[in-house]
Amino acid sequence: MSQIICKNVSLGYEGHIVTKNINFEVNKGDYICIVGENGSGKSTLVKALLGLLKPFSGSIDKGSIRIGYLPQQTEIQSDFPASVREVVVSGCSGSISGFFYGKKERNIALNCMKKMRIDNLATKSFRELSGGQKQRVLLARALCAADDILLLDEPVTGLDPAVTTELYKILKKLNHDDDMTIIMVSHDINSALKYATKILHIGHSQLFFGDSSEYLKSDAAKLFSRSGGKKNE
Amino acid sequence: MSNLISAISGYMAYPFVRYALIVGVLIALCSSLLGVILVLKRYSFIGDGLSNVTFGALSIATVLRINNEMIIVLPITVICAIILLCAKSSAKIKGDSALAMTSVGTLAIGYLLMNIFPVSSNINGDVCGTLFGSTLILTLSLSDVWLCICLSAAVIAVFVLFYHKIFAITFDESFAASTGIKVGFFNMLIAVICAVIIVLAMNLAGSLLTSALIVFPAISAMRVFKSFRGVIICSAVLSVVCAAAGILASILFSTPVGSTVVAADIIAFAIFCVISRLKQ
Repeated sequence: MSQIICKNVSLGYEGHIVTKNINFEVNKGDYICIVGENGSGKSTLVKALLGLLKPFSGSIDKGSIRIGYLPQQTEIQSDFPASVREVVVSGCSGSISGFFYGKKERNIALNCMKKMRIDNLATKSFRELSGGQKQRVLLARALCAADDILLLDEPVTGLDPAVTTELYKILKKLNHDDDMTIIMVSHDINSALKYATKILHIGHSQLFFGDSSEYLKSDAAKLFSRSGGKKNE
Repeated sequence: MSNLISAISGYMAYPFVRYALIVGVLIALCSSLLGVILVLKRYSFIGDGLSNVTFGALSIATVLRINNEMIIVLPITVICAIILLCAKSSAKIKGDSALAMTSVGTLAIGYLLMNIFPVSSNINGDVCGTLFGSTLILTLSLSDVWLCICLSAAVIAVFVLFYHKIFAITFDESFAASTGIKVGFFNMLIAVICAVIIVLAMNLAGSLLTSALIVFPAISAMRVFKSFRGVIICSAVLSVVCAAAGILASILFSTPVGSTVVAADIIAFAIFCVISRLKQ
């Protein structure tokens, strides 16, 4: 079942095209990694998928599906006074019909915290957490906002190797056990190939979209390794 | 102590003292709520900029001899607030420079106008009154008080009803937008509230001291409390207590109202700093 269909999408800011001819389809249960060099339009594509940026041309069809979003860490303030519970339940803030959270939202938040194993941190202050804990809190928030699709913008940047591995395991588990669709922007091509089922490589236009096993044989992968991308060879 | 209480209850017999207390407490309450958001959004200085705008607008109203200044002051301040707070990151002049320009620009124009077209013989007295607000709050009429009560009620209602959405936007704007919250609309709403509160706060603290009412309670509360709700509640309580204490003290010791309230806020900030040290 396809959840998102992108047809001939071109994106950019203020009349300046960043990337064009993007064509891909996201099916339920997919684990897609979006790779590409800096400035190739990965974050722009993320904004467009979230519906925050209108494509210049082409269409992004995602029906009414709610996407859970994990922004780049730099966008979140490190000294914000908020408890973990407040942050997680704010994932529901866009979908409540009234003004306040009810029992339903509190239960969703509690379940998401349990899933991320942070329910013991609920009353802790967000600003006192470690980097890995913060990411799990934000992931729980994204789960609150999501039907069954997560969109992550460079989730492991700035995390140490052990925490990175743990985060990848959590994502794999969500993908495998809960049949969550995962779309992730990543710089880490090794892990992308290891965990993702599909790779989308974009530059000024789309360079590759397909199974990750096919990716290494493609011209796009060679281009990436030659231009300095990290790859196992 | 009993002397003090009897002196205060003696002053309470005068309506202007009661009016000043009601208005002062309401303004302090609203500005402390808004303050938490502005400080977290890194807009601490917006209070200063906008209150200088109100000074400029007020001097235009004075020069044009308009009796009800609100007709001019409120719209001008609202427009400037929207321009400053809702400016896109792509704007030609960036946030802090735009703020600095508006802030000093309107102050200069206001003072210039008042000197070119003098309305009274005591320009310096007029200017000083508007800048430090000392006399304004003790000369409120009953209709001023009602206007303040209505506007404060509206501000508090918006705050309570949209509390969760405001939290989501302040914490992480791009995530909030991704969940379908109309971020642009709420930023506009916050800008309008900001303008309304600053125009009201002119009465209490004058244009130079208004931003102290916005910034101090919020920062004091953030030193001690860790959750957003805790910070909001503490900031509101602290601000109300400081305003009431400051107004009463200023009447008892015949000091200027605005600066006495701000001094009370500064003392509270010092106390909260000590508490947060002790807690560590």
